[in-house]
Amino acid sequence: MSRRSALRRAEARAALGFLSPWLVGFAVFTAGPLLASLWLSFTSYDAIGEPRWVGADNYRELARDPLVLKSLGNTLFYTVLHVPLTMALALGLASLLVAAGRWGPLFRTVFYVPAVTPPVAVGVLFLLLLNGQSGLVNRALRLFGVDGPQWTSDPAWIKPGIVLMGLWSFGTTLVIYYAALRNVPEQLYEAARLDGANAWQRFRHVTLPMISGALFFTLVVNTIASFQVFAEVYTMYFGTARTSAGAEEGLFYVVYLFRQAFEFLDMGYASALAWLLFLVILLVTLAQVRLSRRFVHYEGRR
Amino acid sequence: MRPRAALPPLLVVVLVLTGCGGLGAHRAEVRTGFADEPAGPLSTMGYSLPDEVARVRVDRFRQRYPAVDLRLNEGAFDEQQFLSALAGGNPPDLVYLDRADLPSYAARGALLPLDECFAVTGLDLAEFRPAAAAQVRYRGRPFGVPEFFVVRLVMVNRAVLAEAGIDLAGFDTADWGRLAGWARAMTRADGSRLLRLGVDPKIPDFFPLWVRAAGGELLAADGRTARLDSPEAVEALELARRIVDQAGGQGVVQAFRDGWDLFGARNPFAAGQLGASPMEDWYLNVLAQNSPTAPVAVLPFVDRDHRPLSWATGLAWAIPQGARNRAAACRMVREMTTPDAWVAAATAKRDARLARNLPYTGTYTAHVVADERVRAEVLRPTGIGWLDEGIAVIERAQGVAFALPASPAGAEVKRAWEDAATRALGGRASPADALREAQQRATAALARAGAR
Repeated sequence: MSRRSALRRAEARAALGFLSPWLVGFAVFTAGPLLASLWLSFTSYDAIGEPRWVGADNYRELARDPLVLKSLGNTLFYTVLHVPLTMALALGLASLLVAAGRWGPLFRTVFYVPAVTPPVAVGVLFLLLLNGQSGLVNRALRLFGVDGPQWTSDPAWIKPGIVLMGLWSFGTTLVIYYAALRNVPEQLYEAARLDGANAWQRFRHVTLPMISGALFFTLVVNTIASFQVFAEVYTMYFGTARTSAGAEEGLFYVVYLFRQAFEFLDMGYASALAWLLFLVILLVTLAQVRLSRRFVHYEGRR
Repeated sequence: MRPRAALPPLLVVVLVLTGCGGLGAHRAEVRTGFADEPAGPLSTMGYSLPDEVARVRVDRFRQRYPAVDLRLNEGAFDEQQFLSALAGGNPPDLVYLDRADLPSYAARGALLPLDECFAVTGLDLAEFRPAAAAQVRYRGRPFGVPEFFVVRLVMVNRAVLAEAGIDLAGFDTADWGRLAGWARAMTRADGSRLLRLGVDPKIPDFFPLWVRAAGGELLAADGRTARLDSPEAVEALELARRIVDQAGGQGVVQAFRDGWDLFGARNPFAAGQLGASPMEDWYLNVLAQNSPTAPVAVLPFVDRDHRPLSWATGLAWAIPQGARNRAAACRMVREMTTPDAWVAAATAKRDARLARNLPYTGTYTAHVVADERVRAEVLRPTGIGWLDEGIAVIERAQGVAFALPASPAGAEVKRAWEDAATRALGGRASPADALREAQQRATAALARAGAR
């Protein structure tokens, strides 16, 4: 018995040793900055002088600052539209890919390519594509007799335009669904067919429960990513190639955070903004996890 | 022996970490004062070598100070990069940045006052145009040296004016009611598609110019009091809103502008997409190169009493706090801004353009004597009427140009009025309400900056 526990300790040490590059990396590059930002959120710091302790001033300022609510609202609008649309689009195309048989892997790659496009390029690209006067999207709409909106310059259409751009990178979600769909045992469909289930019933009562784990996972990670969206929006409305019309509707939360940090050199306030976002994401994710108990079907669970 | 297996990866990590830490260390060996003999490595940030004007002056510096090892990190000034370098204790020796951003860095102690550098090199801000010199002073001390002096003028498409029955001789920006009428008369649309914008007021970009023309100012001379909601500012924003609304609204106008090929042969003047607009002076050069036959005329921007008026901006050299090679940085600032250097640079630029059969339209700096000498020794008539007239307009504008006062919260104030203009033009708020909110934001930011 004691020999065995000695061996186990030795193995644990070895494991720790092999994990150490990641552990040290995590401590230095993730946990350290994380704690530092928590501390900075209670200071006034411009990255030039020394941080000065100001207590909860930054958090009090958060409550007063109308742009916090504005940017949070913009981000929420985007998240609420972007996440379900991405999931629906990815699921629809993944289903087609499964049906496409041996062509599936090829198209899977094709659909994934946009996900590796640099976000700045995506931002510039969509600024051109969505231009209400000369962009390709409205030109295409005109072919069908539709007079498209001013996606990049009409305040009412800027956020929908950004949602449209967000769909560009649905590839990751699609790849996950494709794998999940291919893992659904064929005999379940066969049994359902024998029971007289039609295509919709098979999808609703076999496919969806069987891939609910993947759906839940993509719901959580896409929601978090949507709350943190930055580069594409910054490029379109705040970078050098920007169009200034999006200064209000395109003011997403992380864009505002970046502005406070690197334009106004208010690192303390920016840190407080970051921790507020963390709390919001934490609460949303906890709510999702709670809801998931009712909808997600885990195989092998008793 | 198993536990020992943990050692190699740990060791690698430790080595990598300490190795990284050692990189910056050898630079610390060189540290010079302003008065020392310039030698050793000199690193810059924000300066590039796009043309002869930059290259010739940098070459002159290299020849004069062969002991200095100049390392230009080309590319635009990047705040994020600069801040990380400062925070890491490894700032560049010399930065090239917007004069509007300079005071906020000076206020935070990120830049060195240059009195000693001026004493060593004999440089004096009195050599420079007062508007530019005022931008690089903070609390009475110099923190930078101005380079270019960019002014704004009005460029019009003569053919578009004629088509709308507007007499070029009577066209100016003095009467805003008439201007809005002219704007409508020149605008052309096909349904919801704009074909031509009669007048582009360029607001928010040129907002300070319009406010000044109405007799107002966005910032008090001390740079610590914002006046974004003054009646003059409201009036300027109302004019822009009127022009934009009668052309179909901000959605249409902005999208139309975003589609312009400003730097191509089919630029809005050549393509007849624009009737008139205030423009930066360097755009004359773009037009001269890309569409020399476009029917363009250059006019001064004028205030309510038809007096020429312009708004000047530009970049400046500054030496960061913690710069190691102050001696070389200081010499380079001096060398880049002497009249001799400017004349040599302008001559090279002129010859290069003439060799390519392109007209040379001048080099406009913040240095008074340099500009006089470039005008006398380098500039020749181009032989193209509207270009030569344009050059004369630029020269007149330089004498009457104002700059925004140096402010420790310049970036915040600018964002405040920009956001207000966007809100008002987009119809989200009245110009007065938007500017009132902007004024509150700017005042709060200035109060925070004042507390530093």
